[in-house]
Amino acid sequence: MSTSSASSASSAAPASKASPTTPLAVPGGRPRRGWGWWYVAEHRMANVRSFWFSLLLIGLGSPFIYVMGLGLGLGVLVDRNQGGQGVDGVPYLVFVTPALLLAAVMQAAANENTYGTFGGFKWSHWYDVQYQTPIRPWEMALGSQVGVLLRNTITTGCYVLVVSLLGIAPWWRVALLLPVAMLLSVAVGFAVMSWVATQEQDRGQLGFIERFVTTPLALFSGTYYPLSVLPDPLQWIGWISPLWHAVELGRWAMYGAAIPAWLLAAHVAFLALLAAVTGCLSAATFARRLDR
Amino acid sequence: MSEQAKVRSRGLLHGLYAGNVRAVVERGLKVIARNNWVIIVSGFFEPVLYLLSMGLGLGALVGTVDFHGHPVAYAAYIAPALMAVSAMNGAVYDSTMNVFFKLKHAKLYDQMLSTSLGPLDVALGEILLAMFRGLLYAVGFMTITTLLGLNLSWTAILAVPAAMLVALAFASLGLGVTSFMKTYQHLDLVWFAMMPMFLLSATFFPIDVYPRAVQWVVMAMPLWHGVEMIRQLTTGFVQPGMGVHVTYFVVMVVVGATLATGRMKALFLR
Amino acid sequence: MNVIEARGLTKRYGDFTAVDGIDFSIRAGEAFGFLGPNGAGKSTTMRMISAQSTRTSGQLEVLGLDTTDHGPEIRAQLGIVPQADLLDEELRVIDNLVTYGRYFGFSRKYCRQRAEEMLEFAQLTDKRKARVGDLSGGMKRRLTIARGLMNSPRILLLDEPTTGLDPQARHLLWDRLFRLKEQGTTLVVTTHFMDEAEQLCDRLVVVDHGQIVAEGSPSELIRRYSSREVLELRFGSGHNEAAAEALEGVGDRLELLPDRVLIYAEQGEAALEEVLRRGLEPLSSLVRRSSLEDVFLRLTGRSLIE
Repeated sequence: MSTSSASSASSAAPASKASPTTPLAVPGGRPRRGWGWWYVAEHRMANVRSFWFSLLLIGLGSPFIYVMGLGLGLGVLVDRNQGGQGVDGVPYLVFVTPALLLAAVMQAAANENTYGTFGGFKWSHWYDVQYQTPIRPWEMALGSQVGVLLRNTITTGCYVLVVSLLGIAPWWRVALLLPVAMLLSVAVGFAVMSWVATQEQDRGQLGFIERFVTTPLALFSGTYYPLSVLPDPLQWIGWISPLWHAVELGRWAMYGAAIPAWLLAAHVAFLALLAAVTGCLSAATFARRLDR
Repeated sequence: MSEQAKVRSRGLLHGLYAGNVRAVVERGLKVIARNNWVIIVSGFFEPVLYLLSMGLGLGALVGTVDFHGHPVAYAAYIAPALMAVSAMNGAVYDSTMNVFFKLKHAKLYDQMLSTSLGPLDVALGEILLAMFRGLLYAVGFMTITTLLGLNLSWTAILAVPAAMLVALAFASLGLGVTSFMKTYQHLDLVWFAMMPMFLLSATFFPIDVYPRAVQWVVMAMPLWHGVEMIRQLTTGFVQPGMGVHVTYFVVMVVVGATLATGRMKALFLR
Repeated sequence: MNVIEARGLTKRYGDFTAVDGIDFSIRAGEAFGFLGPNGAGKSTTMRMISAQSTRTSGQLEVLGLDTTDHGPEIRAQLGIVPQADLLDEELRVIDNLVTYGRYFGFSRKYCRQRAEEMLEFAQLTDKRKARVGDLSGGMKRRLTIARGLMNSPRILLLDEPTTGLDPQARHLLWDRLFRLKEQGTTLVVTTHFMDEAEQLCDRLVVVDHGQIVAEGSPSELIRRYSSREVLELRFGSGHNEAAAEALEGVGDRLELLPDRVLIYAEQGEAALEEVLRRGLEPLSSLVRRSSLEDVFLRLTGRSLIE
């Protein structure tokens, strides 16, 4: 039996109104392979259209409030007490701005993946629907992540814009935060997805990610102050925290924080490795869970 | 002989109130005791984590902060603010998200209302439950701050009832607001209104860093009054303006309760 | 020409055997049914056909491809209408079709045109901009079928297509499925409704406890396992059993159910006369044509819908 009948049928179909079984004689009726993950991401973005307004409001409004509120307000206190030399050689506002952005990116990536992944299996059943089509499980995992990444890129873009306009740092330095934020989004996103995908029931444990993982990480990853300020026994939190690695990269991007090249490479490698390992785990879990 | 279901209703509240809040509270407490305790406990840890992170780490950079003319250690400065924020968050969560979810999905209220309970019993029950949770958090948090030496005066003991007042005010207003909600996007708006309040209401730094006009806006917001009130009590630097803060919340309770009662039918009998 | 071939097809979940070594082949262009009660293994079989569930043992080829190795290729040519509609409630009707079409790799332009055609086929054109949440059950079901047709499938799999629909919606749906069959689509249907199987299927298998207990066209099965007519008698609760004893020998065969007695006979009216002649006075009596329900009762000793 030939498997290329889709194309042969289309050439045989009369030019009259298409019937449900014969494809339309329109260019593009030939399926494209290898882009499954992109169609999944596309569907995710289609849903965003329904709440783009609140996305933009939060995207533009929250960096403004965070930077103006926390950054400026705390900056007055910190800079006054530090005798004008600021933190890490720069004003507190410059020091804290990349960290505020990256902490928000981490939390958004974690949240989206928690409820998006669980919902895809249990509430909206997106993954069940995609599994009716040629989409492969790994494409679902990757595509969902790309969807979250796109969303995070939009909000990060807003943040970069606001921060550049406020003149906190040169725009091209601020723009360097974009790739850092994207790497963090994918690393945290896949890490959360790889766990949530294994969860069959929601008995409140989904909320633990925010309460017991992302909130503590946001607080203890050298976000509001250098990690070295913390007592030694607490500093290990930073080393295993994807946020800390990203924040270090962000500070290097934003104001050229003095970090040796090998350490920068190590930060990138940590995040990339986390993304790769948990991404593969997620794909494997998706495949196992859907085949039942 | 079978017992008759007792229904006590009075004038204005006829058909809304059956005088049986207890049944609702009892059910809620049972649910808490059985399932949700991890979530409840984790809610208590959040302000403690903030206190440790900000107090320890940021405190090292900030040193002391001036409060009504007295230098106060940074950790002691933010501890009362976190207490007020926690009271607000808990109360708002319980009266908006929680109630909204139950209305939309769990159909719990339909069940309750099909018994002889009135909507007001249910509403009061929810608020009492929220208050109970708030009390647990406040006492727990006070214990920690006392151990850390962050309560500077005996008046700190009054911070617990003060936190309860803050919680009551936010819970009743939250319930009133929930009666107008239709979709989950509306819930997002609530959280979007709370975030700037959390960041800017003199929680982490005094408001005199702002221009005058912004200060007035901040001082109009409820959380600022909560933070001021509790901070004055825990530090012991009680100001003559204390009465204003208390009045603010009493008014908020009255407005919220009136709104919620007036919209009770819209809220529960949809 | 067979489009689906199964030999000794088996699916086990731990100790539980959902599908127990079944054989069947489905020809191109026919409407084939799996008839059986809930839990008989119909849905599992469907999932194996669409390569969404890996078989435990046996052989299964769809369109000449082994389902274990060619899931995506097979699904590219299948239309799937699952038991629950699984529509995206946040998107509009037309967008549900377009996003689904994209999953098959078609261009956006193609998907839009195809979606319009399918909406027309599903008689939903005037609802194209509506939200899915606002559709009735029957409309949602037709939209799900339209979605399953987005890729011009050669085989359409329908899992319990009309469960939960009112009679009018069911007939509307059957009409659409009929048209599909006329146009040459192979239909594979699972159902626990007799009338649906009789309306839709050219050929069907009766499944029970994961096994096939009979196979044939609806009329063949009725001829083989039942009589031409059935007489249904009700004597009131508690009296049916006693009446059944007194009815011994009337008609070809007799079934005692909790609420009624069924008498299988070539001539139902003649059987009823015999009953009355014996001095029995049923509260109600009904003569009807034999149906697949009776076939199932005969084969398994149980009725399909408890």
